[in-house]
Amino acid sequence: MSRDSGRSAVAVPFPEAARAALENEQLRSNIRRATSSIRARRGEVVAEVSDWEELREAGRALKDAALQDLDGVLLWLEASVTRAGGVVHWARDGAEANAIVVDLVRAAGASEVVKVKSLATDEIQLNDALERAGLSAIETDLAELICQLAGERPSHLLVPAIHKNRTEIRDLFRESFGQPDLSDDPFELAEAARLHLRAAFLRARVAISGANFAVAETGTICVVESEGNGRMCTTLPETLITVMGIEKAIREWRDLEVFLQLLPRSATGERMNPYTSLWTGVVPGDGPSAFHLVLLDNGRSRVLADEKGRPALRCIRCSACLNICPVYRQTGGHAYHTVYAGPIGAILQPQLSGETGQPGSLPFASSLCGACYDVCPVKIDIPSILVHERVNAVAAQRQGLEGVLLRRLARLFLDRERYERAQRLGRALQRPAVRGGRLRWFAGPLKGWGASRTLPALPEQTFREWWETRDRGA
Amino acid sequence: MADRVALFVTCLGDTLFPQVGQATVAVLERLGVTVDFPREQTCCGQMHVNAGYAREGLALAGRFVNVFDGYDVVVTPSGSCAAHVRTHYPELLGDLTRGVPERVVELSELLSREGYEDVGASWHGRVTYHPTCHSLRLLGLGDAPTRLLRTVAGLELVELPDADVCCGFGGTFAVKNADVSSAMLADKIAAVEASGADAVCACDSSCLMHIGGGLEKRGSRVRAVHLAEILASVP
Repeated sequence: MSRDSGRSAVAVPFPEAARAALENEQLRSNIRRATSSIRARRGEVVAEVSDWEELREAGRALKDAALQDLDGVLLWLEASVTRAGGVVHWARDGAEANAIVVDLVRAAGASEVVKVKSLATDEIQLNDALERAGLSAIETDLAELICQLAGERPSHLLVPAIHKNRTEIRDLFRESFGQPDLSDDPFELAEAARLHLRAAFLRARVAISGANFAVAETGTICVVESEGNGRMCTTLPETLITVMGIEKAIREWRDLEVFLQLLPRSATGERMNPYTSLWTGVVPGDGPSAFHLVLLDNGRSRVLADEKGRPALRCIRCSACLNICPVYRQTGGHAYHTVYAGPIGAILQPQLSGETGQPGSLPFASSLCGACYDVCPVKIDIPSILVHERVNAVAAQRQGLEGVLLRRLARLFLDRERYERAQRLGRALQRPAVRGGRLRWFAGPLKGWGASRTLPALPEQTFREWWETRDRGA
Repeated sequence: MADRVALFVTCLGDTLFPQVGQATVAVLERLGVTVDFPREQTCCGQMHVNAGYAREGLALAGRFVNVFDGYDVVVTPSGSCAAHVRTHYPELLGDLTRGVPERVVELSELLSREGYEDVGASWHGRVTYHPTCHSLRLLGLGDAPTRLLRTVAGLELVELPDADVCCGFGGTFAVKNADVSSAMLADKIAAVEASGADAVCACDSSCLMHIGGGLEKRGSRVRAVHLAEILASVP
């Protein structure tokens, strides 16, 4: 199986992909258990911060300030990185970014790279591009490594192997590492991965990372992680290449104070994450001697130009919205067929793919319950952007029977007499399908409803008919 | 309380659940309020807006404002429709709202605002309360409905596990993503049954149609009732 991390125009529609996921009991129970425990931890550590709402507001304001002036902030970042001895590259899209990285790896004389967990490089399918160029990439984040060894796509922004349990991972490691006696003890599994990775760290000449934040004022890149593998990548190899979406730039060093509180609590439910790596250009004799920063647009400028969709670019990839989402909890991330799964993926992916892709089914993969908005540390009103994307989808794609029905319904609602006639007509037409006050069979779009729910028949009297008789009686 | 209020019964309540509108009228009249039913009313347009049919939703919003302009209080037994009018109309209509959206209130919200906790209702049995997503997160009903339920004679209010998780209705979502919606409903029904209640209560007929339909499909003995129906019942 290839690691199909991007979303192609022919991606399976969400309802169909979700059906497959719903049939996988093991997957659902793994995801349910994992999201429940992260959700509970997040709830606890957020509740203990008395000014959490003020922090969220600060996070929103800082992100908006950077986005409002993003062209200026990026030039500022470029100047700071350059001054500190780094080299900045600009990439319009994934193909450009991949070509830049391939050239840099070749120039460094390496045939293999170690990678820090990075969504941006998943988005542009960098690993595939490296492979096509005859270069191999080793994912060093434990869960990313598990996905890579299994040939599967990550199913969660932060916990990419959330769909797998310990036993499944043990079986994978037994086969991949040639250790048939491995148990499913977490320590033993981690140790097996550690030994495998340690060798890769020691021979690596080039590392590739993403960025959680990039400070324009100082030219500092920040990566937040739990395992320490990222720290190995950013310190051991001679060459370090960072690929970051342009929306990761923030203005000032002091802004980090807000985000480094918001992110770990929202993401893993920790007060502080174990490793926060910060680096500024290159320092002779300490760490990599060459640093390259690839600034990736890949649709972000277009999102920025859309006032209603723009707040999606505030996202700091904490994944709290995935963990709280009742839809994600049922299906897991693979059903979304995108790197960015869950509620944030349902708004980001259609926006990033823009004119070249179809808005598709993702904006509709939500009941609009609003739980995602409540937990978002940078206050992205995801439900409103979902509706905005639905409007775009309805404008761009024929909606078939749904479109016909909803437009006709609107015409009835706009004309009270026609509406009342339709109520009476419906009551007459439903007769063959009614038994015991319930609809017996469901036609057309209502079929899906009838599979798990009954529906009351239209009653003998509407409210307004009752009101009329009551008025006459009074 | 205002002596005179307009009832917005909602298109769903009018067409499919007339007993909920009748119960709303009964509660208000018992408290001495005169209820008007502007007959021109139809639908607030929530489904159209949420499904991406902005033009239709806008036309219906404009129509709603015309119908209810002139009333100081418009009460509705739907948290979701009240939330749509109050939170989305100002964005949709801009300066053309004529102050109507802020005058629209959900039933328990109105009662709580006016200081009513005990409306003299009586109900026999164990009831659990499901806070519907829009009444909880958009309208911010808080504990207004449960405070009312606690004063109902004979009613034992029992806790619903994971109460604030969506039941999976979501308007067209229940049809477009019927399988995921059904899976969410299965979780909600399991929670309702685990609560030990013999009735599940909410402030939205749409969500109750979904939960109640699922309960009945499974042959459960638990039934779905609207808050207004409980508050309207008397010894």
